[in-house]
Formats: sequence, structure tokens, C-alpha cells
Amino acid sequence: MLIFEHSRKGRRNYSQSPATTASKSQIPQNLLRKSPVLLPEVSEMDTVRHYTRLSQKNFSIDTEFYPLGSCTMKYNPRACNSLAMLPQFLSRHPLAPEDTGQGFLACLYELQEILKSVTGMAGVSLTPMAGAQGELIGVMMIRAYHESRGDFARTEIIVPDAAHGTNPATAVMCGFKVVEIATDKDGNVDLNALKAAVGPQTAGLMLTNPSTLGVFEKNVAEMSRVVHQAGGLLYYDGANLNAVLGKVKPGDMGFDVIHINLHKTFSTPHGGGGPGSAPVGVAERLLPFMPIPIVTKEGDAYRWVTEKDKPQSIGRLSAHMGNAGVLLRAYIYVRLLGMDGMHRISEFATLNANYLMAELRKAGFEIAYPNRRASHEFIVTLKDIKDKTGVTAMNLAKRLLDKGYHAPTTYFPLLVPECLLIEPAETESKETLDAFVKSMKEILQEIEQQPDMVKGAPHTMPVRKLDDVKAARELDLAWKSPA
Amino acid sequence: MPFIPHTEEDITEMLTSIGAKTIEELFDEIPKELLSDELTGVPVGLSEMEITRLMLDRAGKDGFYHNFIGAGAYEHHIPAAVWQITTRGEFYSSYTPYQAEASQGTLQLLYEYQSMMASLTGMDVSNASMYDGATALAEAALMAVRSHKTSRRILIPQTVHPVYRQVVRAIVSNQKIEVVELPFCTECGQILPESLAKSNHEDFAALVIPQPNFFGVLEQVDALTDWAHSKNAFAIGVVNPTALALLTPPGEWGSKGADIAVGEGQPLGIPLSSGGPYFGFMACKSDLVRQMPGRIIGRTTDLDNKEGFVLTLQAREQHIRRSKATSNICTNQGLMVTAATIYMSLIGPEGLRRIAAQSHANTLDLVDQLEKIKGVKRIFSGPLFHEAALILPAPVAEVLSKLKQKGILGGLDLHPYYPELGNTLLVCATETKTAADLQNYAETLKHALS
Repeated sequence: MLIFEHSRKGRRNYSQSPATTASKSQIPQNLLRKSPVLLPEVSEMDTVRHYTRLSQKNFSIDTEFYPLGSCTMKYNPRACNSLAMLPQFLSRHPLAPEDTGQGFLACLYELQEILKSVTGMAGVSLTPMAGAQGELIGVMMIRAYHESRGDFARTEIIVPDAAHGTNPATAVMCGFKVVEIATDKDGNVDLNALKAAVGPQTAGLMLTNPSTLGVFEKNVAEMSRVVHQAGGLLYYDGANLNAVLGKVKPGDMGFDVIHINLHKTFSTPHGGGGPGSAPVGVAERLLPFMPIPIVTKEGDAYRWVTEKDKPQSIGRLSAHMGNAGVLLRAYIYVRLLGMDGMHRISEFATLNANYLMAELRKAGFEIAYPNRRASHEFIVTLKDIKDKTGVTAMNLAKRLLDKGYHAPTTYFPLLVPECLLIEPAETESKETLDAFVKSMKEILQEIEQQPDMVKGAPHTMPVRKLDDVKAARELDLAWKSPA
Repeated sequence: MPFIPHTEEDITEMLTSIGAKTIEELFDEIPKELLSDELTGVPVGLSEMEITRLMLDRAGKDGFYHNFIGAGAYEHHIPAAVWQITTRGEFYSSYTPYQAEASQGTLQLLYEYQSMMASLTGMDVSNASMYDGATALAEAALMAVRSHKTSRRILIPQTVHPVYRQVVRAIVSNQKIEVVELPFCTECGQILPESLAKSNHEDFAALVIPQPNFFGVLEQVDALTDWAHSKNAFAIGVVNPTALALLTPPGEWGSKGADIAVGEGQPLGIPLSSGGPYFGFMACKSDLVRQMPGRIIGRTTDLDNKEGFVLTLQAREQHIRRSKATSNICTNQGLMVTAATIYMSLIGPEGLRRIAAQSHANTLDLVDQLEKIKGVKRIFSGPLFHEAALILPAPVAEVLSKLKQKGILGGLDLHPYYPELGNTLLVCATETKTAADLQNYAETLKHALS
């Protein structure tokens, strides 16, 4: 039932908006609204019940294991939320003077410094509001760098075929042509393909390491040499930073610009699809082009770095300071973890992934790259199962929902057929992983004995398999009042 | 180990299963020369008690003020239920709803949000949100250029939020799209349709129309929309969602209505919180829906013909189309939209109308009181909504500094943005201000200027 269907004309909550309608008005008649606003007329209790019930139709980290590859669904500590929502932080206007926000600015400044330290970059800007925006800003800085040197011939961005869809989409949004390069049989970027692709037209290479195939690019140092020798820059997509945090710094691998998904590695909530946050880090030569605002410290005081300080900045990409409240949550998280907590993240994320991979292999699942260590994630392929039984990776994913697990990432990366990308974050216990393996074994049996039942999954969710084709053909995107 | 549940016994058993002796061994594919030293730049970990002390101390430094700043972010009362429900773990810690059957809560909520925003803006469809108002406007500009096909020029009046104009420029210039700024009438604070009619602007993809504009002044939206359409260009409305309870929605501007409506969603239940996270909204006419960026939720049915909700029109998006996507955007601002949807449900149509009317009336009252002070005067004659630009008889920065000492954040100094306007202050009074607050502000300003 939609909230609109609970609506009754004339019902309202009296204590939450002004008691009377102000009569004073200067709005010209011709600008006044004539059509009604179709908001529901419901009581506070109706609203609370309706949205509480809706929440119960969601899977979430707080209720289920969420082995969603490349998304790093780790526990979101409660303290990060409650302390970021202290009333002084919530009530502060973004354009309030700097001296009324020294506590807030101190947190941001220290977060910048900590992120610089763990990534080995020379500067960090916290403004990007999501991974895709971090990418956009990173690629804009690459362009600004080349153009500042009078080099306008660099029109191509190289992207491995295993990359997230945002990488090529970002390059195009920045006005670049995308050159895709292949992956070799062990899951590494094909070095020869890279060597053949670079040239005076190369603006840069976007790379995720460990890659979305769940393996570490062993040749990253050589790739860095190849791209730099051709005059290009290296972009690090930090989607998988959780796998190497405190172990390897992108700066040491030769990257010139990176983004860090705080909603993955630094445990800020995914919120049903945002808000994310993706600070960018840069090497020395890109410092002048960083997006503003940035926080700087002078003596004991913190202030914003603006256009005046950075005349070559690529500019502003949000109305204020990015997703400020998300930054506070990440700051609280890194302070709780501290120095030792950083490398423990990657160690236990890697332990969990390799353990789960070993157990699933023993259970009879085919691992896509069996001769490689898993990073914090790995790929199971159901190609053989599909060939024999017709059961697909998506069928298995939906059946996992019935067993009380969120599905792994399916059909990504695109180059492994019938794939499940599985990432058990470090916050999951061995018992959870063991129970997941048990359910996966049960599904294997079900595939043999009752393939049609598996193909019809899910069976226990609030709805059964939904008709995507109908949704796209008979577009119903907004409720309309029955006349 | 904070947030890591493994016991020593677990670690041993897991390593045995893997066939490794140590956790270190699991990193043996990383070349040795790349491994990091200790992270000296990270302080040692704090307990929850210690971080609580630290954050309370930091928050205490920031304190509380009587806020009269608007300029794109507005203080409104947020009902208690909004964030209590929004921060339930099932909303807070869930992922993008790719697995529709396990995400019906978020998906239905987003469908309800889309319905509310479509109605509020007078448009056919809304997406599930963008990052913020500024980036929503930039994406609307890109969308207009994609749909227009012949022109790569966008007209933006200088009455649009100055930072929005910067953001639009930063984003669209990557695609060689030209942004042309239109001057405003310095007497009325509006874009004059008659001066546009006399201009020689012919070849452009869209005209951006703010309502109310950055100065709080109401634009002549009908004439502006019709002028854009007469030039075969799209009309993009940038609107304040609270104001739409009182004002003609963009979908009804002029004879055909604007084509795209965007804006900052923060006034709908999102705290000011130093600038974010907020959310941008975007709605459009149905013939443009396939050019719209971002997540869109559709209502459909399941195998038993039962109603359900899914992400739809995904063929526009980066995870399917990669380099051919309408935008690189991946997320929306899901949790913020959750709060906004609950806010709009609690407030209802009458509540929103009262909030808008009270904010309008409070600002008129404040302006009346302030104009009684010698040398203080509205700079523009155009009608206003809940914000006003005032000329002061002294440099605004100095005046604001004195007000701050009395616990009042008196507004925004427009000098850095519009130096040609001299000592101009932008001030806003929403429904959160009482008559006593307004009087206190007026008395304090009078004192500061004497």
C-alpha cells in the first residue's frame, strides 16, 4: 500500500508546522499556485508505521550478511552516526563564518591528513560526493594538468575491460575518448596491450587495484612506467582500497591521482544508495588543480582554501563542502581504528575472502582465478552449472535471498561468464561465513534435484521475481490521484 | 580489535583451511618493494568513550547561533520522527536496490518520493535524486544539450546562485558546452523578459530560470519560459521546494510549462549540517525521461501479479551502457531522500503551505523592521519569497562581525559575489523565527549600525 492510499482529506499533524497560515503576502497573483500538491494527508502514527514497515522489507547490513563484491558492505559503527549528529554540527549553516566552525573544520583537516598518510598522496580534497564524482574530478585534474603544459593532444583515457562502468562513463563525461584494453588469462591487465595503446594521445590510465577480478595487479609498477613514459598520468580507482589499506599506498605504486570511497573502506553508510563520499588525493604535480574548498590550518586556526589560494583549481563541484556529515562519520571511524586498525582492516578482509574462497571451492564451486590469491573479494563462475542445468548466476543469487543472505554482485565484471563477485568484509565472523557456505552447498543440491524451484526464486521475499520488461515498457514512475 | 570479531582460534582454523601459515602470507602476490612502512601519520586508536569526549568538545566549540543566513541552504523545523525512522538500520545500512526483491522498502519509498516531487514541480516524472542542487543543475544543462542536438550553449542569468554557476561551468565545460551569463535589472533584481526579447540570443539549448532567484526575488517565469520556447530552446527551472507550496510549479510556467525542474532538496527535512549531505532533485516532462540521468524507479508486478518496484530504464546508466551512459552518476542521495519523503508525509500539503507562508511573512516582517533603521533599504523592488537583499550604511563584513558577537548570524555578505552591489546583505527568516527573534535582530542591527 502506498502512503498516498493511507491519505484522508483534511487529516494532518498539528504540532509540526505553524498553527495558522500567515496572511501577510507580497506574492503577485499571477505567480500563485493553482494546482494542488499531491502530498499525503496522514497522521504522524500512520507515517511512522508505514515507513517502519517499508524498512522491514529491506535487507541491510544490520540485518543480513551482505557479501556484495566491490561494495565493501562492512558494519557501520553506531558511534559514527550518533557523534556526527550532535546538534551543533547539524545546525551549523554552511556559509557561517569559519570561526563558528572550528570544531567541524578541525575534524575535516585531520581527516585530510590521515587520508594523505594512508594513501601516500601529497594532497587531499574532501569535496567529491560519490565515487563517480571523485572520478570526474580526478580526470578533470588530469586534463587541467596536460592543458597547463600546453599539451592539448592528449585525448584518450585507457580503461581495462574489467573496470567499473563509471570509469569509461566518467572519461566520456570529461570529453575523452575511451580506449579499452584486455585482461590476460590470470586476471592481470595485458601489458602488451597497454604498451600498444599508449602514445602522445594518452591522457591517462584508470586502474582499480586490486582489480574487480579480485586479484592484485602484479605488474602495476611496470604499468606505471609505461604510462608515465608516454606522458600520461595514472588514476587509482579506490573502490578496492579496503583490500590493501595500510599495506600498500597508491602513491607508492606510482599513482598521480586517486579517489577513496569513504562509504566502502571507511564504513560510512550506504543509505540505500547514497550519500557516498569520495575524497580525491593527488601527487605533488597535481596540487595546484585540486577542487575547492579544502581545509588548511594557520597557527591554531582552520580556514577554507578558496579560489584566491588556488587560482588553477578545477573549481567547485558541490554547492558547499561535499557531503560534510559523511566526512564526519569517516573521521570518527578512523579515530576509533587508529594506526593499527588500518592494516587490520585489509588483513582480516583478505583472510575472510581467502577462507570463503577455499571453503566454496571445497564445496564444489568453480573459482574464476583458482591460481591467484583472493584480495578482499573473489569470483565464482557458474558457467558449467548453467550449461548443464540452465540455472544462472542470477537464479542462485535470488535463491540466496531465500536463505537470508544478500546476493553477491552478479554479472560484474562483464568478462567472466555467469559470475558472482563475493566480498565478505572484515567485520563478519567465521560462523557467518560457515553458515553462508552451508547455504551455498544446499543450493548446489537444490540445483541438481529441483532446478526449476531454484529458477523460480526468490520464494520468501515480500514479492516474487519482478517483471523488469513490463516496468520499462509500461512506464509507471509516479502515483496519480484517481480522478 | 575494533569491529573485527575473529578469535585466535578462528584465525588458526581459517589459515589451516586456506593452507597458509600467517595472514601476511596472503599478501604474497604484492611485490615486496611496494609494501608500506608503519602509518606514522595516523594517531593511535581511541575508545568510544574517548572519541565521544573529543567530538563533544569539538561540537561545543561550534556552539549555537540564531541563524539568518539562507543563500541556498535553509533552516526549517524537522519533525523528530524524520531522522528516527531514517536512521533505522534497514534504511541506513542497506545498499543500492539492485536486488529488487530484497529492497522493496527502499524502492517503494523512492517511488513515493518520485510521485511527491513530480506533483510538487508540476512535472510528469522525477528521478530518485542527484548529489545536490548545483550538480542537478549541471546535469540538467547536459541533458538539455543532449536532447537539443544542435546547440551547445546554455544561458544562465546572474540571478542564479553564484556557486551553482561555478559548478555548472566546471562540469559542462568538459564537454565543450558554452555557458553564457545574462545580466539582471539592478533596480528590480530580476531578469527582464523585455530585455531578452531585444537581445540577439538565438542559438542556445536551454535557458535556466531560478524561482525564487538568489536574491530571494521572484522572476517573471511565464514570460521567460515562453521566450525560451519561442527560440526552440528548453526551459530549466531551478526552484526552492518549500516555495512551490505557494508558487506556480515549473511544469505550469508559461503556455507549455518548463521542460526540466531541478533544485536543492535540503529544505525538505535535511539539517543544515555545514553543507551536506543534501540532495538535488530533478524532474522533467515525460518525453525527456530517456535523457534523464540517475536512478529511476518504476512500479511493476511480480510472477503472481502482485505490485512491486524496480530500478528501471537502466539502459541509460553507466553500469549497463558504460561509455555511452547519460551520466557517470552511480548513486543517488538515498538516505537524504528517505528523510525528505518522511518529512513530506508528516508535513502534508497544508503543513508545507503554512511553512512557506510563515517563512514568507517572517521575511516581510523582518524587512519592514530593518528598513526602519536609518540607511537600511531593500536594494531590489521585485517581489520576494523568504529572502531579501538589503543595502547597509556600513561594510557588511564589519556589521556581521558585531552581530555574531551577540549570537546572531545576520546573513550573507554579497560583496564577494556581487562587488558591484556595494554593501549588500542577503538575509532570510524562515518559520523557525519568532516575532521576538525578528525584533531582537532588528534591535541588534540598529545598535551595530549606530
